Amino acid sequence: MEGILTNTSENNIKHIQTAHCENGVVTTLLRHHGVDFMNEPLAFGIGAGMFYVHLPFLKVNNAPAIAFRIMPGYIFRDTCKALGVKVSRKKFRSPVTARAYLDKKLEDGDPVGCQVGVFHLPYFPREYRFHFNAHNIIVHGFEDGHYIVSDPVMETLTKLTPEQLDEVRFARGPLAPNGQMYYPINVGEIDEAKLKKAIKKGIKKTTWWMTQVPMEQVGASGFNYTAKKIRKWRDQLGERRAALYLAQIVRMQEEIGTGGGGFRFIYAAFLEQAAEILGKDELIRFSEEMTKSGDLLRYNAVRMASIIKGRATAQQNFDEVADAMSEISALELKTFKELRKLRL
Amino acid sequence: MKKEDLPQDSSALRDVTREVCYVKDDDGKYGQSLSTGWKVKADALDEAWADINDRVREAAEEVKSGKKSPVLFFMEVNIMDYPTLSGYTGFWKWTIKRHIKPSVFKKLSDKKLGKYAAAFKISVEELKRFDGGNIDKYIRK
Repeated sequence: MEGILTNTSENNIKHIQTAHCENGVVTTLLRHHGVDFMNEPLAFGIGAGMFYVHLPFLKVNNAPAIAFRIMPGYIFRDTCKALGVKVSRKKFRSPVTARAYLDKKLEDGDPVGCQVGVFHLPYFPREYRFHFNAHNIIVHGFEDGHYIVSDPVMETLTKLTPEQLDEVRFARGPLAPNGQMYYPINVGEIDEAKLKKAIKKGIKKTTWWMTQVPMEQVGASGFNYTAKKIRKWRDQLGERRAALYLAQIVRMQEEIGTGGGGFRFIYAAFLEQAAEILGKDELIRFSEEMTKSGDLLRYNAVRMASIIKGRATAQQNFDEVADAMSEISALELKTFKELRKLRL
Repeated sequence: MKKEDLPQDSSALRDVTREVCYVKDDDGKYGQSLSTGWKVKADALDEAWADINDRVREAAEEVKSGKKSPVLFFMEVNIMDYPTLSGYTGFWKWTIKRHIKPSVFKKLSDKKLGKYAAAFKISVEELKRFDGGNIDKYIRK
């Protein structure tokens, strides 16, 4: 391609590692624009990332589609919105225009968020490269023929050649990124009052998602829905497929990006910070309940691993996993209902 | 989760990165900590890959016995489903299903084969020549 970028100027590159990519992009981009207090739990909480859903008719990698967090893109959108930060987003048809546009932004000296697919991401180990197209990275600049990339889940900065970056920005299939790039514009002064309001708004939204959606698959009741399904899997699918379905749950819950316990520990960390910022000690109790939920999820992952490895494959073992899921459902329903009623 | 309970097991991320987890320190306050992996989730990921390899082997058998075309095999090797392969090739799902029939596959133009080859990152020759044998290089160890 014509017009390869020359090295861009320094933009005070800071690599911030986070558990989840989208939280990481929000944190890094906002901090770059002077929002010093931003961190992963705050981004996750204000952006109302906490969630649970079991999509009954959709399959991912031949197993049920389950998510422990809100839809991709919502955290960035909602955090920025709640803090009054304007965001510019752009999608492209052609990789050539997409690259030119990115280069122009980089020459201005600001980091840019890019949506990418992980299947062709060369620095990920092959075992982790599935066709997941809603991964987020930050491009900081260009140096010696490579883009300088800050991937929030990696410990250090990485780099991609222009061709490699084109390829992941134009991954195809469900949730295709279409070269999408985004960055905050007009980050005004964010004072304490604004932050407090944003935190309250985020909590409110999460309690709504977790308790008020009138579909049993969505929110805290979703765990119970999954529990009901798990009880039937062994008979319906046979031990092997049933075990694979459980493996999918474990992966969605614990795989890179969740911070452990299906995002529950990140949310507990958020509530701990919220208690301090809002001066509401009651929130600590809710933080503890979230820790409990995350711990229960972790114990359950251990149970599921026993089934997956073929050490315990009786119906009773599936029932125990389901029982724990129901317990988590009840715990989160109670916690989020109370949190919803709490005057913040 | 307490900081001292954070597993430090071996995982596929070994030599690549450690990952951030949120744990409580001795004062009961949350903070970030790095983990090399957790056996439990490594087991889950291994199982997912065992399933993928089974599907790949099964597809190879079906190509060998003349029941399916190489398109199915390379689709499984690349862990693609219909929506994904459809995205990369521009073919509709039902068109791909037709192309998976050996009789239809044989008559495909090089132009159409080229779209599959590009999606699978192989040459048209390799796609055409695949007969279900010698699949070791496609299996993840």
